[in-house]
Amino acid sequence: MAKPDTAPRSTAPRPKMKNLRKQPGFDTMAWACLVFLYAPIIVLIIFSFNDNRSVVLWTEFSFRWYTAAFENEGIRKATMVSLKVAGVATVFATIFATMAALATTRNPPFKGQALVYAIINQPLMVPEIVTAVATLAFFSIIKQLTGINGIGYLMLAHTVFCVPFAYMPIRARLEDMNLTLEQAAADLYATPVQVFRKVTLPLMAPGIVAGAMLAFVVSLDDVIITLLVGGPGETTLPIYILGQIRRGITPEINAVSTLLLVLSVVLVSLFFFLGNRKK
Amino acid sequence: MTQSSFITPAQQAESDAKLAAAKAQTDADARRRRLQLLSPSVLLIGIFGLFPLTITLIYSFLSPGSYGGVTWEFSTNAYVQFLFEADIFDDTLSFSTTYLSIFSRSIGLALVATVGALIIGFPTAYFIASKRPEQRNFWLFLITLPFWTNLLIRTYAILLIIRDEGIINLGLMGVGITDKPIGILYTDFAVFMGLIYSYLPFMVLPLYASLEKLDFRLVEAAYDLYASRFQVLRHIIIPMAKPGIVAGCILVFIPGLGAYITPELLGGGKDLMIGNLIALQFGGSRNWPFGSAAALILMVVVMLSLIVYVRHAGKGGASHG
Repeated sequence: MAKPDTAPRSTAPRPKMKNLRKQPGFDTMAWACLVFLYAPIIVLIIFSFNDNRSVVLWTEFSFRWYTAAFENEGIRKATMVSLKVAGVATVFATIFATMAALATTRNPPFKGQALVYAIINQPLMVPEIVTAVATLAFFSIIKQLTGINGIGYLMLAHTVFCVPFAYMPIRARLEDMNLTLEQAAADLYATPVQVFRKVTLPLMAPGIVAGAMLAFVVSLDDVIITLLVGGPGETTLPIYILGQIRRGITPEINAVSTLLLVLSVVLVSLFFFLGNRKK
Repeated sequence: MTQSSFITPAQQAESDAKLAAAKAQTDADARRRRLQLLSPSVLLIGIFGLFPLTITLIYSFLSPGSYGGVTWEFSTNAYVQFLFEADIFDDTLSFSTTYLSIFSRSIGLALVATVGALIIGFPTAYFIASKRPEQRNFWLFLITLPFWTNLLIRTYAILLIIRDEGIINLGLMGVGITDKPIGILYTDFAVFMGLIYSYLPFMVLPLYASLEKLDFRLVEAAYDLYASRFQVLRHIIIPMAKPGIVAGCILVFIPGLGAYITPELLGGGKDLMIGNLIALQFGGSRNWPFGSAAALILMVVVMLSLIVYVRHAGKGGASHG
């Protein structure tokens, strides 16, 4: 709480102010913040279309580096791995999160609900590097015991941290949902399965789509867990990009980065659109 | 229950029992259904998210294997190594600050970045909160959008503009302020910038959530009582935004402390942060027990900050309620 104001009171008349809500310099800072957030990204995007090898001197507009990126075997393979992992993780995480959201909403709170929330949100609370090494240690034991290897481990690790991201929008959607339609359907002799398929599921669909998109974006963008858990030959696109950056900057990487950036922006914009439409 | 008067007490008891049984049945059904719905998520995260943390604890008390991994021999070396260095010749221990300094450096950098993010984030959040509601959503969207794009690519974008051949240095040289590039990349300052850049949205969002609820009539009242703009900020706006400030600081500090990509790409090769130190133990230098111990110590620091947060959030809620 604020201490009582002990400053001597001025007897001068209150100065005239155009907008009482304004604080000096705050507008400038907000715009500067926006420039700070977007300028590096915009520079990257612009120079991915530069014909020159240089990432600094603009010569001519060209799709040259995009063509080069599409023809690059390493990038194509990494993209396929990324899509496979993100696809599998998204499907499972979304199904699990939908089930969990159905259980934790629209009913009176149950014993242990706080614990369930804590467990579902656990991947968000532990630093990613810790999750990454813990998962690596656990998987190495399983691999030793069973002798099974493969990309399944990476998919599993991604599914785990995608669940809370998928869960958030689905739960929000369900909490906003009105129960009356389902009750009406039940009154009209719909079986529970019919109520779920014809009423509940269509109503919660935007939440599910939003959750799936977030899960997909989060999986697609992951670096740390993939870097440690992923075996050789399980190079996702961000891991490939990281390797290239370590080796030196190439315009091809600007092109791929721009594509990945645009994909995330499109998906997240759609997510916002879906989220705002319910109002 | 007007009919109950026509029913004998025995009948009443019987129907009560039936009702109770039916209710117990539906309760049991609901509980079973809830269990079925929850078990996939809870089991998945419990087994593959929580349980591995226990393994890390066990690993931190084992001996390193010669090619990564561990050998199952109890040892506290991982923790001893933190503070002491064993002499190569006679194994005597001497106090060493190598790892301690990596930890304190990381905490320092994360703290400075948190303060930097607060200085940029607070005016921004206030500016958004004082906008008209329809403009607010758009601004929030603009602030959140970078958070959902790839952290690696955003860090790379920063690298592109601050390196010696980057736009900032070329600009400075073009204007004639310097004649050779000022080295920004691979310094602590670059890491500091990168951390602010990465986690700024985490600062703005909780600050906005607090400031949005600010009752501007209080601000008007203060001006009526001859408060200056600074006094209003100091005695009204900042105290009201305190829960948001605490939440924002925690949300920037925690991921900043465990950052891996930012120091990896922007920092100098020798100036590690905890995240890189941990990753290194599981890769190149291969001392899994030591890496596990470092990860656990990081976890402890994070948990301590979370406790601070929960305490403060509780106090904030109580004082407003």
